[in-house]
Amino acid sequence: MEMKKRKELELFAAQIRLETTKQIATRGFGHLPGSLSVVDVLSILYGDVMRYDPKNPQWEDRDILVMSKGHAGPAVYSTLAMKGFFPMDELKTLNQPGTNLPSHCDRNKTPGVDMTTGSLGQGVSTAIGMTLGNKLAGRDSYTYLFVGDGECDEGQVWEGMLFAAQQKLDHLVVFVDYNKKQLDGYVKDVIGLDDLSQKFSAFGFHTEEIDGHAIEAIANAIAKAKETKGKPTCIVLNTIKGKGLPEVEEMDLNHHIQIDTELAARSIAVLEAEVERLKGEL
Amino acid sequence: MFKVIYDGSAEKKAHKNVFADAIARLAAEDPSVIYLDADLMNSAGTYSFWQKNPEQALNCGISEANMIGVAAGLSAVGRKPYCHTFGPFASRRCFDQVFLSVGYAKNSVRIFGSDPGVTAAFNGGTHMPFEDMALMRSIPAAAVFDLADGVQFDWLLTAVKDRPGVTYMRSTRKNYKTIYEAGSTFEIGKGNVLTDGKDLTIIACGLMVGEAMEAAQILGQEGISVRVIDMFCVKPLDKELVWKAAAETGAIVTAENHNVIGGLGDAVAAALLEKTGVPFAKHGVQDQFGQVGPVDYLQEQYGLTAKALVETCRQVLARK
Repeated sequence: MEMKKRKELELFAAQIRLETTKQIATRGFGHLPGSLSVVDVLSILYGDVMRYDPKNPQWEDRDILVMSKGHAGPAVYSTLAMKGFFPMDELKTLNQPGTNLPSHCDRNKTPGVDMTTGSLGQGVSTAIGMTLGNKLAGRDSYTYLFVGDGECDEGQVWEGMLFAAQQKLDHLVVFVDYNKKQLDGYVKDVIGLDDLSQKFSAFGFHTEEIDGHAIEAIANAIAKAKETKGKPTCIVLNTIKGKGLPEVEEMDLNHHIQIDTELAARSIAVLEAEVERLKGEL
Repeated sequence: MFKVIYDGSAEKKAHKNVFADAIARLAAEDPSVIYLDADLMNSAGTYSFWQKNPEQALNCGISEANMIGVAAGLSAVGRKPYCHTFGPFASRRCFDQVFLSVGYAKNSVRIFGSDPGVTAAFNGGTHMPFEDMALMRSIPAAAVFDLADGVQFDWLLTAVKDRPGVTYMRSTRKNYKTIYEAGSTFEIGKGNVLTDGKDLTIIACGLMVGEAMEAAQILGQEGISVRVIDMFCVKPLDKELVWKAAAETGAIVTAENHNVIGGLGDAVAAALLEKTGVPFAKHGVQDQFGQVGPVDYLQEQYGLTAKALVETCRQVLARK
């Protein structure tokens, strides 16, 4: 990847992190850590890879994003707002009464959200249905599906994977946000997932396992996915829950956190500094 | 327009063949129709349709939750899915998926939950849905149907092809009593008065429509004039017809192959209380689990017979 492009995407990711933190800080609580861990992939998808039209979110031939770990909604909203799907000043309405930006992704409320999710495991099947429907219609669209690692406890995830492989859905790209933590603690202490790549390979997927925060590695993995025919792809992302905010990364149980005004101020300062640094490098 | 031709005889055509033929016809007429099953195509009579039409039939394996989600996703990109599995697996098993991925997300999926109530027969208690209507009724904007015979089932399968949201249909895969003449048409949201009367109304659905007709005949021989309503559309309920029956006959009994909790009986009771307080009883499964057995034995066990229904009618009449 060209250096300039990479830096632009790193900047975009930092901006997504900043806007996501600001949204959640406005409410004082939220699924911040699990939103932060998916940001770099969102940056590449919406900054470089996906085919979409912010003026026509329902465009039939668009590529599709399903955030099956629906609680990462805020990260999706930051991304969509910055790409013009809706006005930036709506971001501060996250989880407010009557909002179009609920905590979990809702296709009937937010322009640019392709599927309603939140009950873990369900987004998997719907993403597969959309991929299959597009394939049967002869469209070339890709579906990018995010699942959480804890989410992989749900049997429905594996029902979906079996089916996706059976249907040879090579336009399905699954990202697993393997941040090693779930609500009740470390994944290994709740339901251990061990070698996820191996599991997905066993289910008939082409797999990649990468640093989920390294822009070039992500880009290369997506490129390989698109070259793969006859099999869906799973990209296991080794990530950090809370990535970008060291204070948040270090919290033990950090699925859903409180953010008081001091923590908010410190976090926003860290991210604003990062944005400035990256702008300077461009 | 419908014509009632009930004479106590059984239907000739099994409902699974009604379903299979309807699916084949609808798929041929409308390429957006797509049929999904969870490893029960041989049970639904649709196995050969699947073999011949792989582009319009998907076997999802024993994964009902995934099947419903896949159907929801297909709906989101312009397809019209019809899903089948046994009643409990179409409702209890994947209720959250039906509720959220279909209902809440505003996708559109038609779900056939087969072998309702006692018609699950030798598959026994684990396969016996006495609560599927209760579950599906609680989904906002869902439509819930309990089909009285194959003619009505055939009509409904076509009528709901473009219906948005959750559409739930329960029917045997075998045969009920003949109720309607071939070619009869109906209206969603409207109940059907099968036979008029002025002393009491039995509001029935599905399997119990035939039983209600028989109960009406038994009581008729004693000079008691019974109105029978086929309320095949349990949601949205034809409240006007219920109020009319209460006003004109003064006593109501509901009859369903379903738990008395949450089904037709509760729907009618709630409607009645909005307007009036006539003597009322619900006839159905008295909050019990299912068990194995032949259908006629199970009907006896759970009181789903004309004879038992007559007793309930007598009790209600005594309160007039």
